[in-house]
Formats: sequence, C-alpha cells, structure tokens
Amino acid sequence: MQVESKVIKGLVGNHAVAYAVKQAKPQVLAVYPITPQTTMLEKLSEYVESGELKAKMIRVESEHSALAAVYGAALAGSRVFTATASQGLLYMTEMIYWAGGQRVPIVAAVATRAIASPWSILDDHHDFVSKRDAIWIQLMAENVQEAYDLTIQAFKISEDKRVLLPVMMGFDGFILTHTLEKVELLPDNVVDAFIPPRDFNLIDFSDPLGIGQVASPEDYIYYRYEAQRSMERSREVITEVERDYEDITGRKYGLIDCYMCDDAEYIIVSMGAWSGDARVAVQKEREKGIRAGLLKVRTFRPFPKDEVKQIVGKSRGVVVFDRSVSYGSGGVLANEVKSASYGLDVPIHSVIAGLGGKDVRPLHMEKVLDDLALNQLEDERWLL
Amino acid sequence: MMLMRGNAACPGCPIPREIDALLEVTGQKTVLVVPASCTSVIMGDTNGMPSSVPVVHSAFAAAPAIASGIKAALNSKKEDATVVVWAGDGGTGDIGLASLSGAAERNEDIMYLCYDNEAYMNTGVQRSGLTPYGAWTTTTPEGKRERKKPIPQIVAEHGVPYVATASIAYIFDYQAKVKKAKEIQGFRYIHLLSPCPPGWRFDSSLTIRIAKLAVETGIWPLYEIEKGKFRLTSLSKTLIDKSKRKPVLEYLKLQGRFSKMTSEEVKKLQNEVDEFWEEIQKID
Repeated sequence: MQVESKVIKGLVGNHAVAYAVKQAKPQVLAVYPITPQTTMLEKLSEYVESGELKAKMIRVESEHSALAAVYGAALAGSRVFTATASQGLLYMTEMIYWAGGQRVPIVAAVATRAIASPWSILDDHHDFVSKRDAIWIQLMAENVQEAYDLTIQAFKISEDKRVLLPVMMGFDGFILTHTLEKVELLPDNVVDAFIPPRDFNLIDFSDPLGIGQVASPEDYIYYRYEAQRSMERSREVITEVERDYEDITGRKYGLIDCYMCDDAEYIIVSMGAWSGDARVAVQKEREKGIRAGLLKVRTFRPFPKDEVKQIVGKSRGVVVFDRSVSYGSGGVLANEVKSASYGLDVPIHSVIAGLGGKDVRPLHMEKVLDDLALNQLEDERWLL
Repeated sequence: MMLMRGNAACPGCPIPREIDALLEVTGQKTVLVVPASCTSVIMGDTNGMPSSVPVVHSAFAAAPAIASGIKAALNSKKEDATVVVWAGDGGTGDIGLASLSGAAERNEDIMYLCYDNEAYMNTGVQRSGLTPYGAWTTTTPEGKRERKKPIPQIVAEHGVPYVATASIAYIFDYQAKVKKAKEIQGFRYIHLLSPCPPGWRFDSSLTIRIAKLAVETGIWPLYEIEKGKFRLTSLSKTLIDKSKRKPVLEYLKLQGRFSKMTSEEVKKLQNEVDEFWEEIQKID
C-alpha cells in the first residue's frame, strides 16, 4: 500500500543519504572525511550529537579503520554504516575484502570520485568498479531520490538471511552528492516497518567462534563457493525488496532500468548519474527518427547478465558509456556487457568518457548514437 | 584452562601461557581480536580452535579499530565484556601503529596486549621496529643497527589511563596488571616481552630463564603508568641501584641472535640501559 503522508524536501545527495541512514537506525557508524563525502559525515555527526540518531559514531583515524570498526561492530550485532570515496575506498580495500569474505552485513556509501595520480576530486567510477571482486553487492544510483531509496533498500538486502552480504551504494561525486534535488522522503515508521530489527550476531560467549581464522584448502574454496551462491541468490532478494519498495513508494526499480528499449534498434548502456543525460539523448534521437533506447545498470554486482543479454539481443547495435577503464583491456562496463552478451551477433561498442570530471552532455551522447546508427562508431572511442 | 594444550605454538613458546594467564583474569566474557601474527596460527584453523572465548581474526593493521567497533556494539546491547587486542610487535608498533594510536587517542574502552617477540617471527624472523640493537634477524644478517622503538612510552604519551610492561617470568605481576587494567575504563595497554626460542636462537627449555634475565639485567624494566603516574613493579623496584642489576651480557650470551655483537656494541647497549635507569630514577 502506498504511503500517503509524503514529505518532499530539497536535499543534496549527501544529505539525502544521511537522512536515509538516520531512518535506518544503525547503532554504530565509523567514518573518515574525504571529498566529496564529507558533508554526509558532517550531517551524520549532527544527527548523532543532537540525539536524533542514537548511534555511536567512531571518529577513526583512517578509512582502513573506518571499515574495520564497522566490521567489528557488525560481527557483534550492530547495524552499521560507513561512507567514503576514491583514495579512501582504495585505502579501505583490504578491509573491504575482509568484510566481504566473512559475509557480514554492512552498508557503505561511495561518493564516486577519480583516483590519483594525478589528483582529481571530481567524478568517475574507477573507485567503485575496482571493488567488483570483493564479495560486495554494488548498487549505483542515478539521482538523489534513487540514492535515498537505494540506501534504505541496501540495509534490507544486506541483512536478508538469504543474502548476508555487505552492500555498497555508489552515487556520483559532486554530480549527485552536492546537487540539490527534490526528494520524496518516507515517514520514519514506514522505514521502521520496511527494515526489521537486525538479527545477526557472531560474538557469542556461550558458543565462541574463531572468526576469520585460517581455512584449510578444503574449506577455503567452500567459503568462496558459498559467497558466489549468495550473490546469485541476492538477485531474487534485490528484486523482491525493490518490489516491496515499489508497493510503498510507487517508484519502480530493478536490477536494470530500461528507457524506450522495447522497440529500440540502438541501445546506449550506462550506470549512474549520466543515465539522466542518456535519457535526453535517447529522446533527441527518437525525434530524429532513430530508434534509440537506454539500458541503465543499477546492480553492478551481482551483474544482471540475463537482463542485459535479453535487451542487447533485440537490438542492432550497442554502445556502452564507461567512466572507468580496465587499462590494457577496455571499458569496465563494456566488458561486462560483452561478457553477458556472449553468443549474440550484435556489435558492442565502448565509449570512454567523463574521467576525472570531464563534462559529458546529452549532445555528446547524441553524436555517438548518430555514429552508431550510421555504422561509423569505432570499437572503442574516447571522448577527449 | 582457557586455551587448550596441543595448539600450534612452537616448543618453548610462551604465547599460550601468556594468553591463558590473561584469560584466567578477564574470564569467559572476553573477546580476543588478533591481527596477523604467531597467534593467528596458534588459534587453529577451520578444523577447530583452542580458545574458549571468541576470537576475531584481523587484517594486520586493523585490530584496534575492529576492537573499537566490537566494544561499541556490545555497549549498545548493554553487554558487559572485556575486548582485548592481542597483537605482536609488528602489528602493534609498525603496520598497526596508526590504528593503535587512533584507538588510544579516542580512549577506546578496550585492553591492548602486545606480545613482543622482537621480530616478524611468524614469517620466519624478519626485523621489526621493535627488534633491539645488535640482534640478528634474517633481514639484518649482521645485526640490527637501529634501536628498539619505545612503544609503551609512545602509547603513554597519548595520556591513556593505564600503560604497563610485563613478563611471562613474573606471572603474578603480569596478572595483577591485567586485573588492574580490567577494572579501569578507557584504553589500557600492556606490553609483554615474549622470548621466542627459534627467533632468538636459544634452547626451548630456556624461555623463562631468558625472560627473567631480561628483567634482572634491567633491559626489560617492569613498570606501570597509572593515570600518568609511573611506578616500578616486582623485581624492577629493587634495580634502581646499578649494582643490583646483572650485566646485560648475561642476557645476551644465551641467545644466538646476539652472537655477532662485538664487545664495543655490548658496551654501547649496557650504557644505553644504564642511562635509561638513570632517567627512571629521576621519575620514580
């Protein structure tokens, strides 16, 4: 049943996520400042100091310790949250894998940002995609509303007994973190009902465990097999959670989002904020008589293989827009799409753009789609 | 007995007894947080573990932060338990120093035990910042040229409520310190000198004798700093007078790791120890 008492506020992305976190009522937070995440940390600190959020905020000395602290708290039964970006996510990496390996429910927001060197505080997706093998569910938001919605969903997905995996919610640095948008907020009691109290604790004094201890070769691979199975199961759980969320909010989500895909001959694939620009580009192409469509990847891990293959298979040509590169290989998302489309006879092109905050507009995407339709697009094009 | 015998420690290794002595005081409601170290191996594998309390294994540099999180979660459940970081010298004073310093500065309500065997023993005796001057390791084949990093003093400078040194040879002193630390709120730090037969190159029957000599020669003074107040404890109380201290050579000569030290170098070390005690005399 849809919520009737809607609250609509103008919020920047960082504050919308902080608000969602407050409503999810974590008991322990540990955050270390990094641009462009800092205003979220500041807002959370205000919530904690004012008593609006009854949580312990551990003001750690590094991102490595931020994730370590929430990992420890999560083991001992707390709902936990942290947030970072760029260098911070890299500095956390050892603990990202550590937490993924133990399949501990944690929610982390990543305000995506380019990686040094050279320094850049502006947006791209290298930080986010670099964690694709760390046994984390990875969701990516398109706008501030979606960042708010996915944060709430992330807690529910992460703690679901069929899943028990940490969840990373990516949203583009500055483009979303610092942009004021209209956001529809759920009442607290609705969030309370949506995310039941956490039921997960590994620190039991009457039944002591060795957590993360040396695994024999026979056991180690079994841990990893179970992790993969859990990732596969999570597809169903994510879909279910998003369906329940749609019932409350009327906002439809899924592993992917398709815009004008039904009869599309040419598909642009994207992830994150510039999917909004891609929608505009698709509209413009349609006005020109080119049947374009947008396939937006919302769930980077688990990767929506079947959904992507189905859409790609109905098209005549695909171009994947990437804000990240696996150097010596290709666009990271493009590689995923190609892998998912194995066996199809559809050309899949890669466009690398927007690295380090380089501006990309609908106009640029239109040009690429024009070239795709004219069969003039290279296998890999960089928008320099 | 809190730690089962038949664990994976080397012959003559003091670590199992050190953990047992700790847990005898802190009791069943203790969580051990163990970063990469010999204890990662001693605590067994997925076939079973010897500990009767929960053990949370940790990445090398993360233990104090993990312990901070565990304590925060237990507090939010109003569950009273002692959260103990049990770490080696490398995990404490080298790779883990930032995390240790962060937890000490925040005055986290955790206990930190550093068992200091003065090198990376689990990986096969490589030099650490806490390896003493003159000691052979596989990465200092001619002996270490630098002095030992003074971690207890560094921790004390954070203004934490309790810092102490201890030794397995003076187990009542060690346990009295753990008992005191258990009753104190905030960050508590105990640094245990932990002789290692294969790494220090001595016969596995000599562990306690060598631990004892470290104290008797004044190389390892036993003390505590409670709310900033320094106090010598146990045998060390009687060692202010230089004549009561055995020559450091007696400690060095039983250990193969010091066999390449020249008499000049031994003299230099003796002088450093004497100077250290003169400083102690001024505070005590």
